[in-house]
Amino acid sequence: MAVLLLEVKDLYCERDDKVLFENLSFQLQQGTVLHLGGSNGSGKTSLLRILCGLYHDYEGQIEFFGQKIDDELAYYHSSLLYFGHQVSVKLGLTALENLTWYARIQPQLDASLISKALTEVGLAGYEQVLCQNLSAGQRRRVNLARLYMQKTTDVSHSLWILDEPFTAIDKQGVAALEQHISAFSASGGTVILTTHQQLELNSKIQRLNLDDWGTK
Amino acid sequence: MMRVFWAELSRDLLLAFRHKGDFLNPLIFFLMVAVLFPLGVSPAADFLAQIAPGVLWVSALLATLLSLDNLFKSDFDDGTLEQLLLSPESTYMIALAKACAHWITTGLPLALMAPLLAVMLFLPAQAIVTLVISLLIGTATLSLVGAIASALTVGLKKGGVLISLLVIPLYIPVLIFGASAVQSAVDGLPVTAYLAILGAMFALSLVLAPFAIAASLRVSVSS
Amino acid sequence: MNMQKKQLMPKWFYQMASPKWCYKITGKLLPLFSCTGLALLLLGTVWALLYAPEDYQQGNSFRIIYIHVPSAILAQSIYVTMALAGAVGIIWKMKIADMVAYACAPVGASMAFLALITGAIWGKPTWGSWWVWDARLTSMLILLFLYFGVMALYAAMGKPSRAARATAILSLVGLVNIPIIKYSVEWWNTLHQPATFSLTEKPAMPVQMWLPLLVMVLGFYCFFATAMMLRLRNEILSREKRTNWVKELVTKV
Repeated sequence: MAVLLLEVKDLYCERDDKVLFENLSFQLQQGTVLHLGGSNGSGKTSLLRILCGLYHDYEGQIEFFGQKIDDELAYYHSSLLYFGHQVSVKLGLTALENLTWYARIQPQLDASLISKALTEVGLAGYEQVLCQNLSAGQRRRVNLARLYMQKTTDVSHSLWILDEPFTAIDKQGVAALEQHISAFSASGGTVILTTHQQLELNSKIQRLNLDDWGTK
Repeated sequence: MMRVFWAELSRDLLLAFRHKGDFLNPLIFFLMVAVLFPLGVSPAADFLAQIAPGVLWVSALLATLLSLDNLFKSDFDDGTLEQLLLSPESTYMIALAKACAHWITTGLPLALMAPLLAVMLFLPAQAIVTLVISLLIGTATLSLVGAIASALTVGLKKGGVLISLLVIPLYIPVLIFGASAVQSAVDGLPVTAYLAILGAMFALSLVLAPFAIAASLRVSVSS
Repeated sequence: MNMQKKQLMPKWFYQMASPKWCYKITGKLLPLFSCTGLALLLLGTVWALLYAPEDYQQGNSFRIIYIHVPSAILAQSIYVTMALAGAVGIIWKMKIADMVAYACAPVGASMAFLALITGAIWGKPTWGSWWVWDARLTSMLILLFLYFGVMALYAAMGKPSRAARATAILSLVGLVNIPIIKYSVEWWNTLHQPATFSLTEKPAMPVQMWLPLLVMVLGFYCFFATAMMLRLRNEILSREKRTNWVKELVTKV
């Protein structure tokens, strides 16, 4: 039985006098992967930030389990993991320190899984290295390790919002990540992501192209 | 709730410890501004003793002001600030932790360094304890109020000058009572009333400022 | 949707939220306030300059009070208006309130500036110097700085909806601070004569002196309302330029 996780109603957003999208409505069931497409500047990142509750200049409604996200923001954020464009790790801290900090501020992450997560993203042995000494791809992997720290207790309530997660990641890394995303959605987790790559997932994929929703 | 406070505070202190320049700069600035006065005005001991309370307080205020620009900037630039705001934990505690870390890395060392400068400016010895106490309480208020302006301007390209414009009017009461406390101590008058008012201002900002900081951060991240 | 859920405020409050309605109603109020304001200012000026008695100490130079005091009162009232409008804008997400706050700032700043200039001009014959570090002049100067801060932040922010929220926070912080600043500055130094107007005590001036002052204060309020509404209507048109009603309005003319 598919349960409705996220519902977006009549979303309208404009930026610099250009309408990014209007009357945008969609529903997302538990266990699905939403692949957000669209050309550069079509508003993918804006939409993701709106869905996270970070960006407020929009009209319309977003409901998480039937409740407006702004009304139950703490609950919503306890179910959400967001990956933005930025590295989101402190260069002055080690991989281990960064992830320990994440586990403390985002309780949906399990601190006991840190070393396992670092192994999964191919950073075993780099725990004590300052992130400023890691390569760009490795820094992103430190951030991506959070996906492997998700507490398994409440996966069906979890939502991952990933903005270009495969940037600067090598081929094997992308394959491993795709596999992890598939496994997550198979156990009931829900994912919204943008990428210009071909997605190779064996999950239920829903597609949305933002080019169809804005003014040309 | 306390967990997120400690998590944020310890992270910021660790980062400050690894980038010592960040908290040494305001201290050196404090020292240099205070040295400018004898050079620019007069090195006469009795004259310096007269202006020392004001000079020390103004220099400490400017040094705090200088450090505000960096308070949220690096977190904003590397994206950890938005991750903080995505935390389901209380943003109030996060804001409080950031201001607290700022005070520990600027206000506290400034207050501890002040006696050295006080001696250089011939501040009478009986006023030194009051100077340190007034700076300890006063700079805590400066950190809390300054964090609001820093949070408001963090997303802007030229935030630095704007911070001064936003924050100096708000700093005036702290300056007045801080400097007056030291002046009273110089004159041998009781100082508890001044310190009590500084304490009241600190308490008020402790309760209200984190709300304003958190709200400002949400506005700044939403760009 | 919001309105159905929480009808906390009277109906006109929600109607105000509609830019179109607000544009219409201010259009009707504008002539009323501008005519009353003009009449009051003319009456007040003539009365103050020709008929009010001379001050027994300061002679005719005291007559600048008829501009100084109203502008000082206005500078403070406008700040409160701006901060409260900003708060309404944040709490009820009301665009019109944001625009009101935006419209207030420069008017308030010019009032504070006027109060400072007239204070300086008045200071020359009274105290013998253009500037005295007197408590109330100093607070007014700080108030002017607060206005500058709000306006500079608005200019730096770019996008109006973000700028509105940021300046609303700043002006609320300023609002909490104004009494503290006033108190601390007053305590710090006082040279000025006691307050001209007080709500609790009977004015120390004779009736012939303060009645024209009252007229001037009311005239200044009407002037503020007029200036604010003009700026507000301008702002409504520029922000709602893509809506049909604005397009119709513009093409009709």
